[in-house]
Amino acid sequence: MEVPILKQGLYLIASIQSALTDADLSALREALIERVGKYRARGVIVDVTALDVMDSFAVRTLRDIAHMARLRGAETVIVGIQPEVAFAMVQLGLTLKGVSTALDLEEGLAFLDRQGRERLDRVQGRGTRGGTTRG
Amino acid sequence: MGAPPVAEELLVAITSDVDVVSARQKGRELAAEAGFSSGDQTVIAAAISEIARNILMYAKRGEIALRIVMNGDLDGLIVVARDQGPGIPDVTRALQDGYSTSGGLGLGLPGARRLMDDFDVVSIPGKGTTVTMKKWRRRHAS
Ligand SMILES: Nc1ncnc2c1ncn2[C@@H]1O[C@H](COP(=O)(O)OP(=O)(O)OP(=O)(O)O)[C@@H](O)[C@H]1O
Ligand SMILES: [Mg+2]
Repeated sequence: MEVPILKQGLYLIASIQSALTDADLSALREALIERVGKYRARGVIVDVTALDVMDSFAVRTLRDIAHMARLRGAETVIVGIQPEVAFAMVQLGLTLKGVSTALDLEEGLAFLDRQGRERLDRVQGRGTRGGTTRG
Repeated sequence: MGAPPVAEELLVAITSDVDVVSARQKGRELAAEAGFSSGDQTVIAAAISEIARNILMYAKRGEIALRIVMNGDLDGLIVVARDQGPGIPDVTRALQDGYSTSGGLGLGLPGARRLMDDFDVVSIPGKGTTVTMKKWRRRHAS
């Protein structure tokens, strides 16, 4: 099952449609990292709403995607982790440490937009919006 | 405990990553049939996924048997994962968080144990490994 990857402006959106095998997950990782370079993407959203299980392999692959994308200049957000999936992940002891998450696609896009603005503000030497500044 | 009556048995051969997905899906379906909540179905599927992947990773092949049992006013889903792989020399250690011989997270076995109600590993080095895990639910009088 190949995961469709959509390009939306500076962002790539991968919407997982069904259960994925380990090979599918690895293929998604390769495709995303390749496309971050090809499209000079600044953000990656992986929508896992359709995943009914997240086991150690899935979590490790999502972490790898986020870390590899960051090394290529793009921020990753995982969206749509279902409540029951989150419960099972916690019991398994699986964390997405160092990886941004958001409730759904809309929140994920808003997060990336915020990140983009902050990055721009930093580059231009201004403080970030909302009254916060970075040292 | 005596031998509870067997209601149904499903056997899934594990020889590739596709089988890991189908084992956990069959586990979820059977759990649903047995009346487990969708939260419990997810928990059972996650545990099966970890144990099936271990078979693939360490033993290359094996099988997973799924079965529903009745015990008094309890319904149980039993997962038996068998392989004839290298076995686990130190099961106690393998059940500790973070112990991995493959550079993994070392969370599969201890995590699956936390997800399920009963968990048992029998392993003989050079002969193979059998993981038996169970989830119980109270049957409601209808
Ligand atoms: N079926 C098996 N046959 C042989 N050894 C096994 C088997 N299952 C587990 N082991 C051993 O037990 C260790 C712990 O297993 P566990 O699933 O907890 O962690 P892992 O597979 O190493 O990493 P993770 O599952 O977190 O990716 C493994 O590293 C392996 O040495
Ligand atoms: Mg494992």
